[in-house]
Amino acid sequence: MEKGVCALIAHDRPPVVEMRGITVTFPGVVANDNVSIEVYPGEILALLGENGAGKTTLMNVLYGLYRPDQGEIRVGGKPVTISDPKDAIKLGIGMVHQHFMLIPPFSVAENIVLGTEPVGAGGVLDLGRAFRDVTDLSAKYGLTVDPAARVENISVGMQQRVEILKVLYRGAEVLILDEPTAVLTPQEVDELAAIMRNLASQGESIIFITHKLKEVMAISDRVAVLRRGKVVGTVPTRETTPEDLARMMVGRDVVLSIDKGPARAGDVVLRVEDIQVKSARGLPAVRGVSFEVRAGEIVGVAGIEGNGQSELVEALTGLRKVASGRITVVGREITNRPPREVIGKGVGHIPEDRQRRGLILSFSIAENLILERYHQPPFARGINLDFREVRAYARKVISEFDVRTPGENLRVGSLSGGNQQKVVVARELSLEPRLLIASQPTRGLDVGAIEFVHRRLVAQRDRGKAILLVSLELDEIMSLADRILVLYEGRIVGSMKAEEATEAEIGFLMAGGRQRQDTRAGGERDARVGSRREGAMGAAHPATT
Amino acid sequence: MPESGPGARAPWARRTLLQREEARELLIPVLAVVLALLLGAVLVLIGGKSPVAAYSALLRGAFGGTGNMAETLINITPLIFTGLSVAFSFRCGLFNIGAEGQLIMGQVVSAWAGFALAGLPAVVHMPLALLAGVAAGAIWGAVPGYLKARLGVHEVINTIMMNYIALYLSHYLVIGPLKAPGPLPVTPTIAPAARLWRFLPPTRLHLGVILAVAAVWLVYCLLFRTTIGYEIRAVGQSQEAARYGGISVRRNIVLAMVISGGLAGAAGAVQVLGLQYKFLDIFSFTGYGFDGIAVALLGRNHPLGVLVAACLFGTLARGAILMQSIARIPKEIIGIVQATIVLVVAADEIIRRFIMPRRKAAAAGQASATGAEGGADHGA
Ligand SMILES: Nc1ncnc2c1ncn2[C@@H]1O[C@H](COP(=O)(O)OP(=O)(O)OP(=O)(O)O)[C@@H](O)[C@H]1O
Ligand SMILES: [Mg+2]
Repeated sequence: MEKGVCALIAHDRPPVVEMRGITVTFPGVVANDNVSIEVYPGEILALLGENGAGKTTLMNVLYGLYRPDQGEIRVGGKPVTISDPKDAIKLGIGMVHQHFMLIPPFSVAENIVLGTEPVGAGGVLDLGRAFRDVTDLSAKYGLTVDPAARVENISVGMQQRVEILKVLYRGAEVLILDEPTAVLTPQEVDELAAIMRNLASQGESIIFITHKLKEVMAISDRVAVLRRGKVVGTVPTRETTPEDLARMMVGRDVVLSIDKGPARAGDVVLRVEDIQVKSARGLPAVRGVSFEVRAGEIVGVAGIEGNGQSELVEALTGLRKVASGRITVVGREITNRPPREVIGKGVGHIPEDRQRRGLILSFSIAENLILERYHQPPFARGINLDFREVRAYARKVISEFDVRTPGENLRVGSLSGGNQQKVVVARELSLEPRLLIASQPTRGLDVGAIEFVHRRLVAQRDRGKAILLVSLELDEIMSLADRILVLYEGRIVGSMKAEEATEAEIGFLMAGGRQRQDTRAGGERDARVGSRREGAMGAAHPATT
Repeated sequence: MPESGPGARAPWARRTLLQREEARELLIPVLAVVLALLLGAVLVLIGGKSPVAAYSALLRGAFGGTGNMAETLINITPLIFTGLSVAFSFRCGLFNIGAEGQLIMGQVVSAWAGFALAGLPAVVHMPLALLAGVAAGAIWGAVPGYLKARLGVHEVINTIMMNYIALYLSHYLVIGPLKAPGPLPVTPTIAPAARLWRFLPPTRLHLGVILAVAAVWLVYCLLFRTTIGYEIRAVGQSQEAARYGGISVRRNIVLAMVISGGLAGAAGAVQVLGLQYKFLDIFSFTGYGFDGIAVALLGRNHPLGVLVAACLFGTLARGAILMQSIARIPKEIIGIVQATIVLVVAADEIIRRFIMPRRKAAAAGQASATGAEGGADHGA
């Protein structure tokens, strides 16, 4: 990637967008404190910062969703007022939110033109022109899509391209991407990076938010770092390192790698025997899976999204019926038992979808922290909830897990994305579960918080608890797990000790290759991984929209 | 994580007061009332009368003297119960349109308990008759609750059908098995031991009004201070998250409808035991159940809000009668005022839940297929 060149050229020209002295306050919090940033034509600016640092807020200001208390926005050198997204779009600013907002049964082309459809004679939608427009646009930017495909049948990565095309179709010159890579597989991240570079080379400016330093280093031209609402520095990417960035963000040195001792596996805690589980559509999603998790070990489940992970986890936690097979926890049967009973056996669960399942967004932080325990002492006496206890407990957990909030009575929905995740993780870890089933436990967390959560997971393991870690991030699995299972099309296609596993081998298995001894050559892996199915993945999780 | 998503409830930092969520919660109902009263004044003017005279007649009618005050409170009492009933079901994400039918059942059954069990001492008879009415309403609510929980049949359809079943069943009972001797479709008069204490003679003001205020406090505690309320609110806000937390969605749907029905049944019971002393077939719905929907809406499904809204609606209804007889202004004007209040509040609800998220989404060029969800929680 010849990123330096672009940046050099870019700075000869005035910035496309300048935000000057932006201040946004919420009750009890200064989310943005006199923040100034600017973006140059053809530049990729990474916005980095801890959870709750104010990144999303700042971008919402630029996109017209929040109005700042103070500050000025200039577009093309002229001061502007952006009071809603319509204004932003008129000024050439577009935003892709992390969760997509496409209409699944519509075609790609229909989704892209929606809201600004080309109309023919008599006000009828001119579908032919829509198709041509989309084809032209995707050719121009090298964003290959099939205009006729229905959105429900395409992968998450493809859906994201559709979202980006949508913004481009409306004439955006400045693209805002809020944590675009959080839901993508590593291959899709690479593809997105290439797309972003290509857009920038054609003069588009991109502001993107991420917590992954690797991506910042690989994709961006410049990095702006926010801490507690303030800009602590803006540096050209070439002149910095991941370690420097982490220090700027967090204000201390961050250990980016996990150091953990060998596992001392004890008795079997979770035993899964040949279970079959159907998906929400009634199709087989888990097709005969058997494995064990022992006390004192972390078992990682690797796999590309949509290969049965969600259904497996739901079956283990009582949220979905198994069609056949048996699940036991310390020898006691929990197959098809209701969630309350499964929780009672000492099973904790960090769900993959924190907003839909893990949290009740309109409840306070304190109320959310007792979701599985509200009916037990000390929180409940009889049917009475003791809110003094609940709040005291919440304050303790909030400070232990460093949830950034003005107080425990705040609606959880008002927290920043990463802090919402911290609430879920904090709740489940505080249960000290005998078995913790963690799906994407660090999704959306900043590096400091990831370090913390990883250490807590390892500590939990060392206290003799069992952990099943389901993650789409191979890095996380490789560094945390003691044993790794690879799930492909609802079956376990590989099982290995973590220290013997290589990224190449797991990647190969994830893509549907057979476990062999000679697959560790890197080149071969790339070829196979690239050919992974495009179709089934998007369909498997329409819930994200 | 779409804190930025169009579904997110933007705090609209530094926007006009109206665009801030918390303020809107209170401000819109107040604004609705003021607006509606102004509209009423204009209508009076158009009719060639003085709005000042009209409203002062209304106020005198509602509050002038002990007698009028007592009648106003009597008017307010059933509205508090039905308002609580509808609000309670709302908290669990259910729309109980069946308060009317539950109220009718409460009337019939407590009337029956009132005359059939004659001979019991007052300390037993009165509470028993009251409880009988509450139980009847609860059962009438339980049926649609059960159908919803088990079979997924929508409660709106079922509660409406249950209203008609209650209406016709009550017709049948008062011309059949429960009929008092004589030509009228009416039950026998209840025993004095079953009657609610009238504590301010010579007015008809009875214990029901105190029970109603107690119910407000009780529902408040139940919703916000107990594990039962926690579960019901959790199910109302997110069934998925509730299930994940080990809360039984089905059980709570049934329970919410039972409690909601019981509250509406209590409305019927206090009317019979405190006021009418019998069940008289009026061949139509009483309207209290439907007014309860308006009261809950205006009160933002909060028990205290319900109390305030019930007072307002009860006062308007009472004052209107006097306004008509003293100032010769048709009481339908007040009907218009009430309808306007409901319209404004309902329109706001629609804007907040559907249009605001959608507008953001549409402006963003985003399909609004799911955009409304984020705003779908009401009255927190
Ligand atoms: N609607 C809101 N009401 C109250 N406070 C809010 C609201 N939105 C954001 N905040 C607060 O503003 C601060 C900044 O939040 P913001 O979402 O911008 O963080 P972020 O940098 O995007 O974090 P993350 O990496 O976790 O997504 C946080 O402390 C958050 O709690
Ligand atoms: Mg954010």
